[in-house]
Amino acid sequence: MPFIPHTEQDVKEMLETIGIRKLDSLFDEIPESLRHASLEGVPPGISEMELGRLMRERAQKDGNMLCFIGAGAYEHHIPAAVWEVATRGEFYTAYTPYQAEASQGSLQLIYEYQTMMASLMSLEVSNASLYDGASALAEAILMAIRLDSKKHKTSVLMPRSLHPHYRDTAKAIIRQKHDKIIDVPYLKDTGKVDFAALQKLMNDDVAALVIPQPNFFGVLEDVDQLTDWAREQGIFSIAVVNPMAMSLLKPPGQWGKEGVDIACGEGQPLGIPLASGGPYYGFLCTRKSHVRQMPGRIVGRTVDMDGKPGYVLTLQAREQHIRRAKATSNICTNQGLMVTASTIYMSLMGPQGLRHVAALCHQRAREMKMELTSIPGVEAVFTAPFFHEIVVKINKPADQMLRELARRHIQGGYALKEIYPELGDCLLICATETKTTEDIKLLAHHLRDVLEGRKLACPA
Amino acid sequence: MSNIPQKLQYTKTHEWIRQDDELLTIGITDHAQTMLGDLVYVELPEIESSFDGGQECAVVESVKAAADIYCPVPGEVVEVNDAVIENPQLINQDPYGKGWLIRVRPHDQKGSGLLNADEYSKVVASEAH
Repeated sequence: MPFIPHTEQDVKEMLETIGIRKLDSLFDEIPESLRHASLEGVPPGISEMELGRLMRERAQKDGNMLCFIGAGAYEHHIPAAVWEVATRGEFYTAYTPYQAEASQGSLQLIYEYQTMMASLMSLEVSNASLYDGASALAEAILMAIRLDSKKHKTSVLMPRSLHPHYRDTAKAIIRQKHDKIIDVPYLKDTGKVDFAALQKLMNDDVAALVIPQPNFFGVLEDVDQLTDWAREQGIFSIAVVNPMAMSLLKPPGQWGKEGVDIACGEGQPLGIPLASGGPYYGFLCTRKSHVRQMPGRIVGRTVDMDGKPGYVLTLQAREQHIRRAKATSNICTNQGLMVTASTIYMSLMGPQGLRHVAALCHQRAREMKMELTSIPGVEAVFTAPFFHEIVVKINKPADQMLRELARRHIQGGYALKEIYPELGDCLLICATETKTTEDIKLLAHHLRDVLEGRKLACPA
Repeated sequence: MSNIPQKLQYTKTHEWIRQDDELLTIGITDHAQTMLGDLVYVELPEIESSFDGGQECAVVESVKAAADIYCPVPGEVVEVNDAVIENPQLINQDPYGKGWLIRVRPHDQKGSGLLNADEYSKVVASEAH
């Protein structure tokens, strides 16, 4: 169903039919004091030509930076076909698929997305996506607390090495229900969860353990040990994973003896551009036995009257338009366009392609670690195995370093001091498959220059 | 015309109650199961849990709706019908028989506010539109 705006004539005829004189009358029920302000502050429009020029000038100011920032959003090569197909009108302007007979294309695509994501996580079911990784974790926590049959637990164990935004988002959302997060420290040498401390923090009020893989520092956790421990304690395990990494590493459904209960995370690495922070999408997968507590849309496959395969939104009695206050969540949408792009990306890459990309990322990250740690004044902070990100300590204030590097057209990483003051002047630096050996050498060269106090030969 | 057996008692919220010695067996009426449509999921309370009269104690879910079931009298759950958890359609097929939901030991012996079959018929009739 394409979008066709009303003409002035259409509007006039509609108003006449219902017997009112102007559009504003339709808003009469809203008290005068609450009516919208008029748009007086907006200047008149500029021409298309002027606008094009303005945008080009602005884009030039952004420059062409070499990006070594990961920290939750990762730069990967996206084949041109992905967005060429995703921006086709049929996908780009498709409406929400509540009317199954008019939405088979969208529904089939979402079903295929769910199938691929469940397969990538090695779990039985996936939903149609959520807003982003951070809110997906919040939903997973609420889900785990609901799944507890006696329904009286209110805490979740969460490593401090989990992405700080995810932690803040989860806290903001679950706090409304008076649920709590218990911080689990990490070991200063390896960067992994402090297992001994974790065991001491366990108590009867804990419903679940959150296990990141990799964690915010890029470090790989002992997921088997953590998953099995959670099961022994009778609590749910929630994996927060980088989906790209899961093509190379063991997926959450295979962690420990029986796999995790819920897996979630950020889908951005799979075909979504960085785009100044969004839109991205969150994924959520679980076991079939937990599906009724899973929030978000779910697409199912069935047959129509003639026995032909068809797709529908299913298990809708979980959702708020039916369950109201007892719904699993207030979300009643999914990131349709992002999921479309991601599904096309995953189809194009296939499991081998994804694995290849992940392996290349790891290769580059190892190269980067070797190059950077050979510079005097730069040391790797954590000793554990890592995936495509490392934390390095530098003997110069981190924000100053980043500014210097920016002058040299390099986005040198993410400064950790504000969130992890105990780490001091450290940078979280990422190398994906998009960085060549020359790029890494360039980073190392400029890093060395700045540390040795050399100014730029000529201003940028 | 829905089936409303004479020998049972009813609530305004479409539960039926049958006295079985000192216990009460509770389910949802034929009218309720017709309105709900095909039942796909049932959530029953834990054994030994207690409820006040009128408190939600169970949930039944169809493709288009999720309905709370209210415990008609104050009491303690002594038995639940596992068969309907396995096969919710029993409630549609045999709401007064195999589709029973829970058995309760009432805290006081006098059931109050319960309707007889005639009174319940009037409730159903007034809801018809």
